[in-house]
Parts: sequence; structure tokens; C-alpha cells
Amino acid sequence: MDPTLLWTAFFVIATFGLYIGIAVWARAGSTDEFYVAGHDVPPLFNGMATAADWMSAASFLSMAGIIAFSGYDGSVYLMGWTGGYVLLALLLAPYLRKFGKFTVPDFVGDRYYSQAARIVAVICALFISFTYIAGQMRGVGIAFSNFLHVPIEIGVIVGAIIVLFYAVLGGMKGITYTQVAQYCVLIFAFMVPAIFLSLQITGTPIPQLGFIGNAENGTPLLLNLDRTLVDLGFQPYTEGLKSKIDVFAIALALMVGTAGLPHVIIRFFTVPKASDARKSAGWALVFIAILYTTAPAVAVFARSNFIDTVNESTYSQEAARGDIPAHDLPEGSTPGWFYNWENTGLLGFTDLNGDGRIQYRADPATNEVTTLDRDIFVLANPEIGGLPAWVIGLVVAGGLAAALSTAAGLLMVISSAVSHDLCKKVLLPNMSETQELLIARSAAVGAVLIAILAGIYPPGFVAAVVAFAFGLAAASFFPVIFLGIFWKRMNKEGAITGMATGLLMTGAYIVHFKIGFSSIVMGVLAVILAISAFILFMGTRSEGKSTPALLYAAGGFALLGLLGLIGVLPSIPMGTSDQWFLGISPEGFGTVGMFCSFAVATIVALATKAPPQEVQDLVEEIRIPSVHAHPVHTDAPAE
Amino acid sequence: MTDIMDTSTPPRTEDHDVPENITKAYWRENLSLMGILLTIWFAVSFGAGILARDWLDQFSIGGAPLGFWFAQQGAIFVFVALIFVYSFRMHQIEKKYGMSDDND
Repeated sequence: MDPTLLWTAFFVIATFGLYIGIAVWARAGSTDEFYVAGHDVPPLFNGMATAADWMSAASFLSMAGIIAFSGYDGSVYLMGWTGGYVLLALLLAPYLRKFGKFTVPDFVGDRYYSQAARIVAVICALFISFTYIAGQMRGVGIAFSNFLHVPIEIGVIVGAIIVLFYAVLGGMKGITYTQVAQYCVLIFAFMVPAIFLSLQITGTPIPQLGFIGNAENGTPLLLNLDRTLVDLGFQPYTEGLKSKIDVFAIALALMVGTAGLPHVIIRFFTVPKASDARKSAGWALVFIAILYTTAPAVAVFARSNFIDTVNESTYSQEAARGDIPAHDLPEGSTPGWFYNWENTGLLGFTDLNGDGRIQYRADPATNEVTTLDRDIFVLANPEIGGLPAWVIGLVVAGGLAAALSTAAGLLMVISSAVSHDLCKKVLLPNMSETQELLIARSAAVGAVLIAILAGIYPPGFVAAVVAFAFGLAAASFFPVIFLGIFWKRMNKEGAITGMATGLLMTGAYIVHFKIGFSSIVMGVLAVILAISAFILFMGTRSEGKSTPALLYAAGGFALLGLLGLIGVLPSIPMGTSDQWFLGISPEGFGTVGMFCSFAVATIVALATKAPPQEVQDLVEEIRIPSVHAHPVHTDAPAE
Repeated sequence: MTDIMDTSTPPRTEDHDVPENITKAYWRENLSLMGILLTIWFAVSFGAGILARDWLDQFSIGGAPLGFWFAQQGAIFVFVALIFVYSFRMHQIEKKYGMSDDND
């Protein structure tokens, strides 16, 4: 067996063993421990856990590659996925922590004194989390199949069982401490190759300085890269293709979406007190920033290095067949790692002009690098940097740590949304804590089974995961939570219409431009609406406010869903980019959805009656995050 | 430190209502601190990194055009600083109004 495979297997098994060990140590005994780790995670650890929770397989493997290809346009991810923490720390986290409950729907339901608002929030949380988790499981499967040469299906199932093990056993407590370990694994795995690459290309070990440093020939690295790219027919690296308004909208949607994502928000429920929520957000961003400021440097190094070593190099058929070792190749030959990665299908070379050399160009008619997967820039870094085989194993373990930690956080949201928000708070209010824990654990198992299916048979919407998760979080959760804290007059009518407006508008725009309203898609959406209407009917019945209209609506949607699924509804063709509203892409539309949600919520709230006095008192209460003047727990669980 | 501390009885921290003028003053200080920090948040990212980047690119930091650098690195460093400044200043403000949760 080759050493890379052995080292990869070693690191994957060792880290998985570590995660399981931590899970056994951190078992959860009560709902308090299961949902919020007993509210006693130190801020520094919570910061690390948040960072691991937050940084998914996409951040770890794909982001540097996306930036390497898109240059300036990649900035939207860098700013967008960090700036949201400022909003979280200043506007949401301390107040939500003071509120002292378990979940985001808890806050929405109590602050807006309405089961309907709670149910809409549950549905949003479930939809966002399922979209996101499907992408993570797919990432786990791909990592397994590329590096350990096992089928994607097995990879997905192995990854899912590991996550399931520590999520079901340890709940939030188990997840938190495994995420701390996963952060250490992933950041080490990301930084080691980055530091070596920086040393090699710019002579400084700090990638952030290498980024603004000079290349070997003494000119600035970025200027060099700009010139080279223009020569090859590409866009200069420091220029973008996206319009200014689109860059603005995407960055804002990602920031606000980050602040509204339920799996990020619930992490701040686990610290002991409100002031810790602020500190914890600061630490989280420090740990995230280590990777996020290194990624653009890696992107520049990798793109420069790729062009320097591959473009116009002589492709060796012998080396490709493995007849001669790569280090025996003469000067000017294609480097050894190129042949290795060709075998995985992530890189491809077609000698169009038959000169035996690789021409890397922008023009598809002359470009001979016919396949260039964006993940290659992180995955191949250790080899490009000439690092030993164990570093590659470490990078694979890091990618898996990133995917698993995010999947676990999402699983927690799904499990608590079903057991706590839906069963305990809506359908079966009288159940005991033991029963609730049992349902929470069963919900986690159920969610994992669905995630396995979604990982093996990825539904079309997984490709639009960024647009969906962030757009919907920005347009549905952020406005109602923000207004709930900062505007006492905000009432339930405003909250429900605001959330629904943001959700439907943004959802429809993304579906239209990313997936297209085919009959099946409409059918699936109608089924989701039918289930939602039915849960709303059941949930509001206990309040005595239910109307049979909801039941009729559920029936109608169910019928429509059936028609859609058998394919008899008319299809609307997918929209094209020249039809974008104000030139804003689906990824950025969450910004528009958010403003509309704010506007509708405010207008409706002003037109309807003010919230009851005790709710206004609750708002006063959470605004002084550090003082326990009144117990905020109105229906605190047994502690 | 301020007029509020001089004119009112010392604020109490546990299991009592904090007097309304104190909570109002506290909330106002919190909001103005937030306003300043969010202005900086907007200025370094949407301002320097997006809206004004073309103009800023005439300057450079090391070998990188300044606007581009803000969009890819600078804004993130400032974000980190903003949260710690907020956390630190809020701690001071809470102490001033007797609202610190240090002993919880």
C-alpha cells in the first residue's frame, strides 16, 4: 500500500476514535445538557466549537479554490462569512443568551406569544438545516471515496454513524467537546501546508504577510499574478466579473444570514452568561479568521504556483504511467503531483495542439487543462509544497473534521426543533423530560437517515445550498429576532407576515433561478406547504385559534403536490441571469428578501395592536443582559 | 464618573428592579456604542472593500492594492477587533451602572 493511503487511513481512524472517546466522556443526562450543554461551556471553548461548527467542508476544501478562480469576486465569501459575527456579538447573542431558552423557535414563539409564529420558525429551521446537512454528508462521502478508495455510499454511512454516535449520546455537550477537538484538527491541517507554501513562494512563514509580499523576481505577488493571467487571456486577479450591486448584496446576505443561522445561534445558548456570549463570539471569530485570512493567501499562492509549474511544462507519458518516478523528471517537466491528481479525475489534460506540453489558457478552444476541480488547490497543496505523505493524510482528516462538526451542529438543530419546539411546545406539552430526551434522540436518528439518503442521492437543491441556507436565514430569522429585541412595539402579526414574506419571496427567487419550477419541484413545495399547514392546524388547536381553513389549505396543497409529483403541472422554464432583479444573483437575493421582510413586519405591526404588557416587560428584561432582575424562565425545565 | 452615578442611589444588582433612569441611560450608551462600531463595520467592508475600492486601489499595502486588501483581509482583522472592543467597553459600561455579571 502506498504511504499516502496508509497515513490517511491512520489519521481518519485516529481522529474518529478521538471523537468517539470524547462522546463517551461527555454523555448528556438531562434535556438541559442535551440541548445547551448545561449552559456551562467556557467562552474560549465555545468559540472553538463555534468555529468548527461554522466552517464546513466548503470552507475547508473549496473556499480557497473558489477564490483562486474568482479573484476579487471571492471576497464576498471572506467578508460575508466573517462579518456576520459582528452582528451576532452586537445585536443578537447576548440578548438571546439572557433570554435563556434552548432554541431559536423558543425565542420566536415566546417573544411573539404565538404558536403559529413558533411553528413557522420551526419549519424555517428544519428547511435550512436539512439543505445544509445534505451538502455536508455528500462532502464526507466524496472525501472517503477520493482518499480511501471506498464507494461514496459507504463513506456517507460511516460518516453518518460517527456523527450519530456522539450527537445521540452526548447531545449538545458531546457535540461541543468533539467540535473543540475537530477545530484543532482542521486548523492544523489547513495551516501546515499553507505555511510551507508561503515559505516557498514568498520566503515568509506567515501566509497573511506572504499575501502582500513579493514573488521571487521581486515584484509584488499579486501584480505578478495579474500580469500572468492577462497574458493567458484571463481576467486580472484583483478585478472581478460581478457587478458592484451584486457583490454588495451577496456580502450582506451572507453576513446577515450567518447571524440568523439557527445552528450558529444555538451555540451561544451554551455559555454561562450574557457577557460570555459576547466574548465567545469574539473568540469564535478569532478562530475563524485564522483560516479565513489564510485562505485568500493560499488562493494566490496556489494559482501562481499552478501557472508557474504547469503551464508550458512538458507532459511526461512515462511519469503518467508510473514508469519513472516524478523526481527523476528533467527540468521543465510537468510536476509529479499533476499525474497523481489526474488519476482522481480532479485534474485533466488533453493535448489539443499535439506539442506534448500543457497550455493553460482562458479560451476553451486552446486551453488544455480540461478538468480543474476547485478543491484541488487545497488538496494538492501538501504535494505542491513537497511535504511528506502524512501531511496529505492530515488534510483529509481536516476536511472530514470540518464536514462532521458542521453536520453535528445541524443535527442538533433538527433534533431540538422536532423534540422541543414541535413535540414538547406544540403537540404534546405534557410529556416528561425522559420522554422528551427519547424523542430528541430518535429525531437525531431520523435526521441522520434522511441525511444519508440525501448524501447518497443528492437532490438538486444541494447545489444551491449557499443561496438557500443564507438567503432564507437572512430573510426570515434575522428580521424577527432583531425587531424582537430592539423594538418593543413589534407584535406577532408583524412577525408572522414578515417571516412568511422573506421566506416565500427569497425561496421563490432562488428556485426560479437555480432549479426552475418544474412539475416535480412544485409538487415537492406543495407537499411541504401541506405539511406546514397541517402542523399549524394541529399546533394552534390547543390555543383554540385554529380554523378549518388551515385544514382545507393542507388538503388543497396535498392534492396539488400529488399532481406535481406525477408530473402533470405546467413547468415554468428556469430564469436566466439577464432577468435578475436589479442584477442581483440568487445568492444575494436574501438581502432584498430581508429588506422586504423588515418593511412588511414593521408596517403590519404598526397597523395591528401592540403586544401584551408582559411581553414588553420581557423585552425590557433581556435588554439588560447581565442582570437577573426577574427569572426569565417562564416554563423552565427541570434542572 | 457621570452625573447618573451622582444623582441616584447606588444601583442594586441582585433580584431587584434596576431603577428606570439607570436602565434607560445604560441602554442609550449601549446603542451609541453599537452605532459607532456598526458604522466602522460597514465602512471597512461595504465601504473600503466594495463601494470605495476602486478609489482606494491607488494606494497599496505591501504589494496589494488597498481596496482589494480590505476586501480579502483587512475587513476581517477589523471585525475581530470590533467584537473585542464591544465586549470590553460593555463590561466597563455594565460595571459603571452596577450591572456586571462577573459574580454570577
